[in-house]
Amino acid sequence: MLLSKDFLAGARACLPVAPGVAAFGVITGVAMVGAGLSPWLAVAMTVIVYAGTAQLAALQLFVAGAPLPVILFAGLVLNLRLVLYSLALAPHVTGLSRRRKLALSYLVSDNGYAHYAARYAGTPDTRSKIDYLLGACSAVWVAWHVGSIAGIAAGARVPEGWHLEFVVTLTFLALAIAVIRDRALAVAATAAGVTAVLAYPLPFRLGLIVAAVVGIGAGVVWERWTR
Amino acid sequence: MDALTAWVLILGLAATSLGARGSFILFLTRFEVPRPVQRALRFVPAAVFTALLVPELVFAGGTLRLGLDNPKLLAALVAAPVAWRTHSTTATILVGMAALLLAERYLA
Repeated sequence: MLLSKDFLAGARACLPVAPGVAAFGVITGVAMVGAGLSPWLAVAMTVIVYAGTAQLAALQLFVAGAPLPVILFAGLVLNLRLVLYSLALAPHVTGLSRRRKLALSYLVSDNGYAHYAARYAGTPDTRSKIDYLLGACSAVWVAWHVGSIAGIAAGARVPEGWHLEFVVTLTFLALAIAVIRDRALAVAATAAGVTAVLAYPLPFRLGLIVAAVVGIGAGVVWERWTR
Repeated sequence: MDALTAWVLILGLAATSLGARGSFILFLTRFEVPRPVQRALRFVPAAVFTALLVPELVFAGGTLRLGLDNPKLLAALVAAPVAWRTHSTTATILVGMAALLLAERYLA
């Protein structure tokens, strides 16, 4: 089962992305400490939550003074893409034990899922598929934690005045530019950015939620119009 | 951040990530997401990332600062082409942090 041939094949397939995943872990580790989490709480967060972008968004909003419900809602919105993976996996996990379903519900990550989907899209052999997916996701998990714990250790040593919180902002800059791959996505991003500025005076940082909704709506409308 | 706030944040976020990953694996095993919703989900990352990003760059202490004398905005403008070219988060951060430190030193 565990450490089967397929599990190891999945883990090996994810080796090329391991440095990138670890680097993102380092960033998140530094950011957690930068936002005022003690090193142990930062480790707890990265192990228990295990969702990098949601963690970063939550930290940024926390530092900006947003209340907890808004922070959690933003985390939920950012985790919506994981719902898509869950949906795609659902038909392949019906026969699995509850323990393996739980393991998948904790372990599935962007990179792990992407490798699985690239290799096994449309293949019926469920058993080896799931082992492969677990292997890929476990490798990503290890890379992530090596990176984030290193980042937590490093972040705790960085002097004040280095603006570590700006690391989070720059991460979202890189992520935003990376995900804008066509015009409809650019429209969604622009609408969200402009709305975020206009809606900034709203209380509780609700402007973020409003901006996300307006951005998504603008993308959908644009796509429908231009087709 | 005090420990209680941190734990509420950690457990709340864990519920969103476990809930999202487990949604159809553990809970709604026989449900299909309507097409329009699937289409809309595609725009979530682009919209949320920019909504998080832009206010951090253009507001300083609650006031709008769109000029190049705003160090964070300037640093982001320097880092953006790097992000565009390299698609590397690490490179974007290194260039952006260097630009911010320089801008703070020489703009003030």
